[in-house]
Amino acid sequence: MNQAIMKLRGVGKSFSGNRILHGINLDVLPSQVIVIIGPSGSGKSTLLRCCNGLEVAEEGNIEICTQKLLTDGRMLVDHDLNHFREQVGMVFQSFNLFPHLSVLGNVTVGPRKILGVDKHEADTLALALLTKVGLAHKADAMPATLSGGQKQRVAIARALAMKPKVMLFDEPTSALDPELVGEVLQVMKALANEGMTMLVVTHEMGFAQEVADVVVVMDQGRIVEAGPPEKIFVNPNEERTRSFLQAVLTRNTPTGGA
Amino acid sequence: MSLDFLPVITGWDDLLRGALVTIEITSASLLLGSVLGLLFGIGRLDKSKKLRYGVCSTYVIFIRGTPLIVQLFLLFFGLPEFDILLPAFVCGVLGLGIYSGAYISEIVRGAIQSVEKGQMEAARSLGMSAGTAMRTIILPQALVRMIPPLGNEFIALIKNSALVSLLTIADLMHEGQKIISVSYRSLEVYLAIALMYLILTSATSMILQRIEKHLRAGGAVQ
Repeated sequence: MNQAIMKLRGVGKSFSGNRILHGINLDVLPSQVIVIIGPSGSGKSTLLRCCNGLEVAEEGNIEICTQKLLTDGRMLVDHDLNHFREQVGMVFQSFNLFPHLSVLGNVTVGPRKILGVDKHEADTLALALLTKVGLAHKADAMPATLSGGQKQRVAIARALAMKPKVMLFDEPTSALDPELVGEVLQVMKALANEGMTMLVVTHEMGFAQEVADVVVVMDQGRIVEAGPPEKIFVNPNEERTRSFLQAVLTRNTPTGGA
Repeated sequence: MSLDFLPVITGWDDLLRGALVTIEITSASLLLGSVLGLLFGIGRLDKSKKLRYGVCSTYVIFIRGTPLIVQLFLLFFGLPEFDILLPAFVCGVLGLGIYSGAYISEIVRGAIQSVEKGQMEAARSLGMSAGTAMRTIILPQALVRMIPPLGNEFIALIKNSALVSLLTIADLMHEGQKIISVSYRSLEVYLAIALMYLILTSATSMILQRIEKHLRAGGAVQ
């Protein structure tokens, strides 16, 4: 499809002889939420990190918002890469908030240092974003004083402050205590409802079922299958998908029901 | 054994003047050493930039691997062979600064490398250039971690500065030796000098502890 906001074609990568990604093809339409699931080591995080150049894919093409990040295995460099990244927000498993800056400082540092926005305007935008993630009252707090869930919500606000066209989430709830997962997923759900294009690597099958437009199942560096959650979770084509889901769902619900 | 501190008392003004020169020369070398340390420390972070990495590594290897006194003499007695005549004080500052710069560069490198990889990734993923990310995200965090080892380095620098007395610089050590040469009271004068160096080094470490405590209280470090 031509109106895809994100186009991956034949993306491949290896790490010291080991194949991590094999010929990945993926189209993401504007406002779509794509959830990538799969066993650990399947290459899903690597794929996500390739989409903003934190990892270098050596093969294929990656295009986001008509900007080519990867052209036949050659990645953008320097200024072009920095500029590209402004449009692609990233949320990490381990939050990676800047510990020497306040919550407000974390959210404003991007617009101020990269886009040259003045302090007043950056603060206004940051407070609006912090209100959105329910943390306006923590604007002056230092990251070390926040809970994991709060940290991740600040990290989402920080990424949004650059007004990205696409948001990448790399296991955003995996480092959280179980009772804090909900507040982060709620923010992500709200974001999806506003029409943000999102690529989410997660083990939260409930979130995938509820929010995803497309669920992508990965294993051993390949896309096993992709489809709407109704299809993937209820009646997958591939045996590999079935066995993975079974393993995950029995772990998540000790009573045995899915 | 009888102690006679009279030469110390009569020569007190000279000793104080010498201490002032020691403070001046260590402050200047410290500034030079910190600038060099920062530049060369950052230069050793990226092995892919071969030339820069090579230059920085050579500097550290040469300076750490040879005696400070030899380096000072090379500057003081060697440079005139090339018709470069620097005042003794300048030689002293250059020698001490270049010497401590090599050690500080290792401190800088270690502190920067101790900042979690995710910090750089988060900064770059926002769209920051490597330079901006280093200045606004990595260095502020690394600086706090540098303070304890820098304290050691500054104290070593103060003590090492006694060697510049051999370049005819009238520092604390030099003034002390002048008093000894007329009074022959080595023990008393060296005790007095030792005490004055101790005061200088203790004051330095106290100031640095204050700074570190202040930064930690400000939440700059987790």
